[in-house]
Amino acid sequence: MDKKKSTATAKAEKQEPATEMTGAEMVIRALKDQGVKHIFGYPGGAVLPIYDSLFQDNELVHVLVRHEQGAVHAAEGYARSTGKPGVVLVTSGPGATNAVTGLTDALMDSVPLVVITGQVATHLIGNDAFQECDTVGITRPCTKHNWLVRDVKDLPRVMHEAFHIATTGRPGPVVVDIPKDVQFKKGVYNGSSAIRHRTYAPRLDPDPEAIRAAVRMMAAAKRPVFYSGGGIINSGPEASRLLRELVRMTGFPITSTLMGLGAFPASDKQWLGPIGMHGTYEANLCANRCDLLIALGSRFDDRVTGRVDAFSPGSKKIHLDIDPSQINKNIRVDLPIIGDAARALRAMIDAWREEKLVADPGIASWWVQIAQWRSKNSLSFKNSTTVIKPQYAIDRLYEATKGKKTFVTTEVGQHQMWAMQRFKFEEPNHWMTSGGLGTMGYGLPAAVGVQMAHPDALVIDIAGEASVQMTMQEMSTAVQYDLPIKIFILNNEYMGMVRQWQELLHGGRYSHSYSEALPDFVKLAEAYGAVGIRATKPDELDAKIAEMIAVKRPVLFDCRVDQKENCYPMIPSGAAHDQMILADSEDEPEVSEEGKMMV
Amino acid sequence: MQKDPRIETHTIVVAVDNEPGVLARVIGLFAGRGYNIESLTVAETDRAAHTSRITVVTSGTPAVIEQIKAQLGRLVPVHRVVDITTEKPGIEREMALVKVAGTGEKRVEAMRVSQVFRAKALDTSHTSFVFEITGVPAKIDAFIELMRPLGLVEVSRTGIAAISRGPEPM
Ligand SMILES: Cc1ncc(C[n+]2csc(CCOP(=O)(O)OP(=O)(O)O)c2C)c(N)n1
Ligand SMILES: [Mg+2]
Repeated sequence: MDKKKSTATAKAEKQEPATEMTGAEMVIRALKDQGVKHIFGYPGGAVLPIYDSLFQDNELVHVLVRHEQGAVHAAEGYARSTGKPGVVLVTSGPGATNAVTGLTDALMDSVPLVVITGQVATHLIGNDAFQECDTVGITRPCTKHNWLVRDVKDLPRVMHEAFHIATTGRPGPVVVDIPKDVQFKKGVYNGSSAIRHRTYAPRLDPDPEAIRAAVRMMAAAKRPVFYSGGGIINSGPEASRLLRELVRMTGFPITSTLMGLGAFPASDKQWLGPIGMHGTYEANLCANRCDLLIALGSRFDDRVTGRVDAFSPGSKKIHLDIDPSQINKNIRVDLPIIGDAARALRAMIDAWREEKLVADPGIASWWVQIAQWRSKNSLSFKNSTTVIKPQYAIDRLYEATKGKKTFVTTEVGQHQMWAMQRFKFEEPNHWMTSGGLGTMGYGLPAAVGVQMAHPDALVIDIAGEASVQMTMQEMSTAVQYDLPIKIFILNNEYMGMVRQWQELLHGGRYSHSYSEALPDFVKLAEAYGAVGIRATKPDELDAKIAEMIAVKRPVLFDCRVDQKENCYPMIPSGAAHDQMILADSEDEPEVSEEGKMMV
Repeated sequence: MQKDPRIETHTIVVAVDNEPGVLARVIGLFAGRGYNIESLTVAETDRAAHTSRITVVTSGTPAVIEQIKAQLGRLVPVHRVVDITTEKPGIEREMALVKVAGTGEKRVEAMRVSQVFRAKALDTSHTSFVFEITGVPAKIDAFIELMRPLGLVEVSRTGIAAISRGPEPM
């Protein structure tokens, strides 16, 4: 992050003498000075001056989406697969309100985005003008920060500040709302060299005392476990590298959240699989029985903890986070460490070495215990020769993509959880999913964004037939820009995750969870000018997947899977980690009245 | 529902950049996350530096109070967050304007009570007073209660302003 800032500064110094330009030109200029290459957008009356400047520029690549929600998710996919901020340009009123779901998604999952919205002219603000809405008011709770720029003099500063705030500290989305008259007005453009924010200064360097205390606690632990999260990935590739070093150095087991997959390689012996509601038996039991839980860039989300008063009851807890408000929010911890993940991990590794620490020999019996839990094989399933099991489909997909440069996005539902459990990620930034908000319709546009950033990679959206219809229109974007994204639909003809909960909690009354009147996805693909492929039998799956990968065009893959399969293991809401339901358990899951209240 | 016995009341001072929407951010945070606001005062305190000071009285369990402070600290235009109740022993004052109407014995009694409380009569007519009273909220509450039977018409209160004791700034 510091590096990016210094290159921006260098560019800014070159651009003397100060030049006069319109607000619209300043926007384009600032984007380029920030190193932006791609923007995702949709035009309209209140951003026409910016679109005009874009027309006259021949460096920035603009991707025209089909719905503003698609633009924001595409920018998220772009950001999460590159580590660079995603940029969005939309018009006022409906353009801005359509962006709100994506903004909330990015806020929950800490994705750096700069979203530029047009606004009606300043003299019309407050008059219920055509396509006016209170964009900064509406987006205040779903952005890290936002600005309404009423004076062109402020525009260059705000643009650069926007990038600074979106990308530093805990990353997040920001909105810059620019009235149309400000886009036309002329002013003097300044570069980004002067960003030193008066109030905003996230703490990056951890307290050395806390680091020393942490490594001592680690060396004393007999049943330790690392629990890492999206913060490691957001910190950058160096944090993932250091995480690996620390985990191997200590010999401790490691689990991660949905958002943190890939920071530690899934093929490693020390990897337990993901934690949480649909995590593995061994990961959740480790969290439940450990004597030291080391949370690194994870935030004790309710999907991870289950019942909070029964979460990891016998452990001391260390919590590293860049955002102080995460400390003690859901779970009280014994040792907080505030700072950037890479810096803190570096410091922990150094302190462990300096103090010549070694792990307690007691962890050998901890590993014996873990081996026992692993032998439950909690991700196993009963395969079939007649119907494609969704788990089998993901396994085959994974096998077919191994060794290729593969990025996976998902929609939301059972397919997402199966993808999390079964697709093995070895590197960070290769897994894009909507975790905090759980936004159906995220995966397809996110795949568009990922493919834009990585034209040669294999980009797959593991989808559900219900979710994918929420942003299906972006197939048209994929066709327009020759983006060979693969939409792999696990079509169970149900909102499977809803059906599973209705089975569990509502007596099997499947209220409105059947995917009625589905389109023919093969014909739909063809209508878009893409490729449609259908698989209905297990024995044809491999050949069809190979066909999907071979074709260098966008594909809708209609994979017809078992309609009634449930996703296990599962910790029912309101239950503790050691009350997990496994695929083969005989007993009906018990859900408390309190549990039913939880989502 | 019974009141949680761990609930505490805290006075929190927030120094902010005086930019448009900053108060909406603070209030929106309290509303959005379900925190209480018992009193809120805001005004620009340094015109040259363009900074304002927000004093908010809130209540919650110690864990909630800790979250409120952390969440406030996360807002981009916030300079500092200080808990006057725990971190820095402070002084708190509130001002109220109190209108009382009445004649005869009640009017005389209202005047007498105002003198005991060191309230100032800012406006006087043959049948009414407007008093200005400053003090801790409990003192103002007591004054209002005494005025009620004497012809209390209406009350306007400022909310609490707070500052730490001693020579140091907060
Ligand atoms: C925008 C949105 N609306 C509703 C939901 C609630 N929801 C969660 S999963 C799900 C069903 C998803 O069905 P599908 O995409 O077919 O996936 P499956 O569970 O069948 O794999 C629903 C409706 C949501 N997560 N997002
Ligand atoms: Mg489905």
